[in-house]
Amino acid sequence: MTGSTLDSSQAELIISAEEMGHQAHPDYRITGVLVFLVAEAMIFLGLFTAYLTFRAVAPVWPPEGTPERELLLPGINTAILIASSFVIHNADTAIKKNDVKGMRLWFGLTAAMGAVFLVGQLFEYFHLEFGLTTNLYASTFYVLTGFHGLHVTFGLLLILAVLWRSLKPDHYNSKHHFGIEAAEIYWHFVDVVWIVLFLLLYIL
Amino acid sequence: MTILTPLPDNTQPANLPPPANWRKYFSFSHDHKVIGIQYLVTSFFFYLIGGALAAAVRTELATPASDFVSPELYNSLFTLHGTVMIFLWIVPATAGFINYLVPLMIGARDMAFPRLNALAFWIIPPAGILLMASFFVTGGPAGAGWTSYPPLSTMSPKAGELIWILSVLLLGSSSILGAVNFVVTIWKMRHPKMGWNDMPLVCWASLATGVLILLSTPVLAGALILLSFDLIVGTAFFNPTGGGDPIVYQHMFWFYSHPAVYIMILPVFGMISEIIPVHARKPIFGYRAIAYSSLAICFLGLIVWAHHMFTSGTPPWLRMFFMFATMVIAVPTGIKVFSWVATLWGGKLNLNSALFFAMGFVSMFVIGGISGVMLAAVPFDIHVHDTYFVVAHFHYVLFGGSVFGLYAGIYHWFPKMTGRMMNETLGKIHFALTFIGFNLTFLPMHKLGLEGMNRRIAEYDPKYATINMICTIGTYLLAVSTFPFIINAVWSWIKGEKAVANPWSGLTLEWSTSSPPPEENFETEPVLLCHPYAYGKRPQVPPSGNLDPATSPLST
Ligand code: HEM
Ligand SMILES: [Cu+2]
Repeated sequence: MTGSTLDSSQAELIISAEEMGHQAHPDYRITGVLVFLVAEAMIFLGLFTAYLTFRAVAPVWPPEGTPERELLLPGINTAILIASSFVIHNADTAIKKNDVKGMRLWFGLTAAMGAVFLVGQLFEYFHLEFGLTTNLYASTFYVLTGFHGLHVTFGLLLILAVLWRSLKPDHYNSKHHFGIEAAEIYWHFVDVVWIVLFLLLYIL
Repeated sequence: MTILTPLPDNTQPANLPPPANWRKYFSFSHDHKVIGIQYLVTSFFFYLIGGALAAAVRTELATPASDFVSPELYNSLFTLHGTVMIFLWIVPATAGFINYLVPLMIGARDMAFPRLNALAFWIIPPAGILLMASFFVTGGPAGAGWTSYPPLSTMSPKAGELIWILSVLLLGSSSILGAVNFVVTIWKMRHPKMGWNDMPLVCWASLATGVLILLSTPVLAGALILLSFDLIVGTAFFNPTGGGDPIVYQHMFWFYSHPAVYIMILPVFGMISEIIPVHARKPIFGYRAIAYSSLAICFLGLIVWAHHMFTSGTPPWLRMFFMFATMVIAVPTGIKVFSWVATLWGGKLNLNSALFFAMGFVSMFVIGGISGVMLAAVPFDIHVHDTYFVVAHFHYVLFGGSVFGLYAGIYHWFPKMTGRMMNETLGKIHFALTFIGFNLTFLPMHKLGLEGMNRRIAEYDPKYATINMICTIGTYLLAVSTFPFIINAVWSWIKGEKAVANPWSGLTLEWSTSSPPPEENFETEPVLLCHPYAYGKRPQVPPSGNLDPATSPLST
């Protein structure tokens, strides 16, 4: 680690500007999406923990007088959302084979399933016998599912944006498809959050 | 170990094109250097507002009676003072330094996501203006303290409180978007020859800061979302009469806000670790100890939050855990202080304004660290919680620590950022006034707290009057101390002596490019030849920064 090392290694350390300067750096956007999702996961984790604490502190949970919840509709909804995660994965496979049409098909199907989920969610909201301020369970129910619903909506918009962009010729191909990957990762994330949420709010 | 040193750079400042026009600082620029300066200037502007609010608070407290402003306005003044200082000054100012320094120091041309970076900055001015606008809504601004605990916050005037929540949510989002950039940039974009242990310490600290932001800020957002529902639609998340629990808010709030104190101090730790070796002309003592202790602080910082809640009915076994964990965190912190002192020890000190502020930082931060460990002891904290002792503690770490460190950073990197030197005489006057004013304001508060004076009150027992008067006089001195700095900064930026590329003979990569650096940072790809802190271990870098490979002693 003294002068001699310095001398001998110097030649190899010097990399000319032509060799490596002014190239576009590799694409780190997927890393960025994943890092951002850490933050997203933390906000849900915070809300879930708050929910569990409310629940642990309450003498009875859900508080007495909370109307029974129907499980059929949310169950179907959950199945649709989970299935959509498998559907959207096919789009990834398709685009890696340069199959833009196939990708569009799978993305379109995912978008439709997401929309059904959201409509189902709204339908449930209108038919529940408790409102936002009925009691603590009701409030957490609406805020948690609503916040998740916003994320589904955002994921849906991402998917639609990808579909819109895919209309441009060669916007996506087997090499360049960041948008598709990002939307897919986001969709999986939203799906996993829903599974936890479903377990917390409906099953446990 | 790889041996690294800056690329011999033969660009002379005089040959550079004149600094691009000032308009770029008002644009949606993607250049991390422009964004860094935008952060710094904007946050300094809010610092002045926060300072004015503090002066108003201290003016009220000059006398025991509540006679200067109404009690409601007093509440709003200290609430906005805390909010502005934390969310609009220290957090964005450190983000500014991280933005400016990290790509230069790791030899990158920009951050990983320049557009996202610009977006993160441009959220701040509207959020700040929004917060200030709450002075003009009915009921006035939020008045429940920067902590905004329910039920106090849900009972205060709704408009102001809502604006407060919105503004903090926006600033938190900005912080998260910034952190995504810090983490990915440091992780992925280091110079190909720069291993983890060759990184300048600012980068380690920024990485730890980024991770803390990503893990903790979202939880604050969660708390504020629930709080806003309580406030607007009358849910009862934090309202015991509806089955809710205000303690849950406190947990969520401190799960962010304890890490937040490290978000505000870690980047400054990093900056001090750069400044001290450069001006002491010695290798940093314990590079790895400093680097890894940042990671230790990052981890421990996430598991100590309930030391803010020792008097909130936290069960004794839990208090034991948090007391112990909090005291443990003083260890990595102490390691850093030890390393800085050891670096200074026997150094050939270049006693300029940057080093004065850095040494001011070390000494003042130690006092805050000691009072922190005192507060971590449950039996002691129960007595002084919510008194001026706590106020003294956090001002020693946040003002004596973060603000002194930020000033040190400005004096140190001003030549790089602007291409001009700052005036040393004014800098030393600034330091002397700040140091005296700061201690006059905050040292006596320890005594006030020990004698039982509560924080956040406008009216107090006359027996505290003398000490309070001293604190208020100190505050005015602090206000005055800002003028030499502002004059110095503005005047130097316009007319100061031209700076060479490497005025301090530093070894980190930012000094190997011109002052200010060109767009994309480096004219030619930087080359790493020695460790960033190898001072005195090899021929000195000439202060001209002109390290022509042909003539430089480095390239023999
Ligand atoms: C040696 C490390 C430290 C320890 C052991 C420590 C301990 C504590 C404790 C126990 C409290 C709670 C006092 C109470 O409310 O009764 C506290 C408050 C506080 N500390 Fe520290 N601290 C340390 C370092 C820091 C640093 C580095 C910062 C900021 C840069 C900081 C900022 C604060 C703030 C802002 C508060 C008051 C928050 C409020 O109630 O408004 N502390 N500290
Ligand atoms: Cu703390």
